[in-house]
Amino acid sequence: MKAQAKLAKDLICYHCGEDLAGNSFGLDDKNFCCLGCKSVYQILSANQMCSYYAYHANPGQKAQSNTHFEYLDEATIVTQLIDYKDAENTMVTFYIPAIHCSSCIWLLEHLYKINPAIYSSRIDFLKKQVTLGFKHQQISLRQVVTQLSEIGYEPAINLQDVVKANHQAVNKALILKIAIAGFSMGNVMLFSFPEYFGLSSVEKEFQHLFGWLNLAFCIPVTFYCAKAYFVSAITSLKHKHINLDTPLALIIAVLFLRTSYTVIFKQGPGFADTLTGLVFLLLIGKWIKQQTYHHISFDRDYRSYFPIAITTLIDGKEKPVAINELAIGDRLWIRNGELIPADAILMKGDAWLDMGFVTGESEPQHKILGEMVYAGGRQTGEAIELEIVKLVAQSYLTGLWNKENYNTDFKSKNFNDNVAKYFSIGVFSIAFAATGYWALQHDSAKAWSAFTAVIIVACPCVLALSTPFTLSAILSVFDKRGFYVKNTNAVEHLSQCDTIVFDKTGTLTSAENAELSFSGFLSEQEKMEISSLLRNSAHPLSRHILKTLPTASFYTVQNYTETLGIGLTGLVNGKQLYLGSKSGLPLPMAAAQGNGVHVVIANQYKGCFTIKQQWRAGLCQLVHQLAPLFELQVLSGDTDKDYAYLKEFFPKNASLKFEQTPLKKLKAIRQLQASGKKVMMLGDGLNDAGALKQSNFGVALTDNINNFTPGCDAILKGSALTDLPKFHQLSKDGLKIIKISFAIAIAYNGVGLYYAVQGTLYPLVAAVLMPISTITIISFTSVATRYFARKNKLL
Amino acid sequence: MNILYFLVGCSLIMALIFLGAFIWALKTGQHDDVYTPGVRILFDDEVLAEKEALPTEKTEINHISA
Repeated sequence: MKAQAKLAKDLICYHCGEDLAGNSFGLDDKNFCCLGCKSVYQILSANQMCSYYAYHANPGQKAQSNTHFEYLDEATIVTQLIDYKDAENTMVTFYIPAIHCSSCIWLLEHLYKINPAIYSSRIDFLKKQVTLGFKHQQISLRQVVTQLSEIGYEPAINLQDVVKANHQAVNKALILKIAIAGFSMGNVMLFSFPEYFGLSSVEKEFQHLFGWLNLAFCIPVTFYCAKAYFVSAITSLKHKHINLDTPLALIIAVLFLRTSYTVIFKQGPGFADTLTGLVFLLLIGKWIKQQTYHHISFDRDYRSYFPIAITTLIDGKEKPVAINELAIGDRLWIRNGELIPADAILMKGDAWLDMGFVTGESEPQHKILGEMVYAGGRQTGEAIELEIVKLVAQSYLTGLWNKENYNTDFKSKNFNDNVAKYFSIGVFSIAFAATGYWALQHDSAKAWSAFTAVIIVACPCVLALSTPFTLSAILSVFDKRGFYVKNTNAVEHLSQCDTIVFDKTGTLTSAENAELSFSGFLSEQEKMEISSLLRNSAHPLSRHILKTLPTASFYTVQNYTETLGIGLTGLVNGKQLYLGSKSGLPLPMAAAQGNGVHVVIANQYKGCFTIKQQWRAGLCQLVHQLAPLFELQVLSGDTDKDYAYLKEFFPKNASLKFEQTPLKKLKAIRQLQASGKKVMMLGDGLNDAGALKQSNFGVALTDNINNFTPGCDAILKGSALTDLPKFHQLSKDGLKIIKISFAIAIAYNGVGLYYAVQGTLYPLVAAVLMPISTITIISFTSVATRYFARKNKLL
Repeated sequence: MNILYFLVGCSLIMALIFLGAFIWALKTGQHDDVYTPGVRILFDDEVLAEKEALPTEKTEINHISA
């Protein structure tokens, strides 16, 4: 067993755990898959930090970074990033996507061992954030970031500040309100107990004291904890519609007024217990609704993909400038691998732009001098000079996020608000009927008492609670299956969908299990030469090809050069080798066609490695399951080369559209919605972002949850795609559960109403009815959700 | 039964202290991250560093006592 374990260890990289695939870089009896991993190990071992490898086996992640951090020397950009600065110390918080295990926590919290100037570091693991304190006289922010980058933890510094956005999301105020409401409820219950059990003559003297104390507890609960309900009710009345908060605010107000009246005029016990209990439960429901995933952000837009700063040329000198400050006419200097932030004209250099972000097509486009280049393109190859013609926010890609393109009003409506209207009308008619009856009997005391009692008893508290409890239970079922839904409202939208639109590349196909094929023939010796060259490169394509070329030994490589985004060259076994894209071929060759890794050995064209994307597993079955329930569509940015294949298993009435630009996709969704369809959109890239945002339920598909995904309502793991019909069914069942719990609540309220209309509602009945109905509903929703989840085979 | 007035006052003050403690914990950010501290506490102290540190301390003590 031990020998086996040892063998297994020898076959994977000590740092990142990746398959060694026949080549390895050894150091201290340890094997590494690439120079990057080895150098991280070297840094750590030089600083006696090898405990990093003790807490978690192979904790590292492959670092491939060639980011330039010069912009971090600019004072204006630095001030945007840091949290705090005084004469000696600077505090800064970074979002580091690579944080994933306990070893990461250990390493990042021991940064002072590498450089004592970084005197403190604190990780928030769930948010993947690290807060660093450093002495800025000894180390600059740029050096800190470079240091992090060197050990494989490069912070994501983007235009959209994930860190600060998260800070706002933490809703401390709500927790504070819950604490105060809970505190008041507990004390009010305590002081109301004597009343519940009947007061002896001795205790009577305490009745007023307890009454006043209860009223005192009601004041913060009504005016602080429940303030949001009043504000929301008033705004919705101003807009002349009724939401669920309207009847709730009314009930809280009535409860408070009646309690004050009874306490001040010594009319017996008030409804303080019901009031505080109600507010406490309502706030709990609100809190459950706001529970969200710390590690996933659903609100990303183009700014998450854009860097915070870019290099400009002023009088021929490089100067980093914040993206927000770019103006028309500025000269940009875009290096290999950098993103073009705004629409511009190419002034100097040879542009090979990877427009994968925008179109989903990865073959680089060639642009010549004077041509227009669009924002979102990634330069591959030499550095180029551009002149901006449109501002960042008005460029072609970013224009997709302009508000006028969207009509998402429907997203704010939900089941509760629809019911609230009828509910309010019903309660008011019963209340007025009861009051009218007692007024006719000339019993004004009973009329007033009946009116308030009906409103108190008919509390839609259950409605406000059953929805968040049911939907959040469903969210946690989804979560276990790799389906992360943004919030409880989104579950409702999911259940209403009747049309599904798929993107093709990355959604129906998967980049993970791509198949490699070679056009041409390679002899064993040539394979050996190629793998000797490839083993020097950390590029994913190189690693991928290397795994398919098993070789026993390697040649030494001379004059090895890697041009990022283009390819590799080197002298192997006395021959000049080139491996890379078409754009970098050493001499023009007619035989070289298409995208892929072209192989040239000693000026002879040998062929090309192409990666063919594989269709996701179970796709055919998925489409068959969905076809009877939904109208299906495919919107692809790609050419129609797969039309025949897709036509085979998609139903006849499904429309398959190809060569769709991001804007066309967005318009197609709007068209469907205009014809009354509720659209679910499945996409993956930035090119689908517009359509995802406009759709009723946008799902971003990803193979790695930590990757950046465009703004959406839900993130779905690629492996869970086949469960989509089950997810939809469960969301529908969820609405059914809410409706049943509503019926249960009406039964309870019926009992209360019987006493209320007679004007004989004793506070104890109200105080007992409310918690009992609440407990029934909460246990019913959780049991029913589990039942339906099992029925749908999701648990 | 007048003692009850005193007891009610005591119970209120106690409850207010607990509420105050909770609010203090909330405001100082003790509920912000409920995962990482649990992991952090499991990290061992550096074994190597301790071995180096201990003898020097002892020798220092010896020097002082000598």
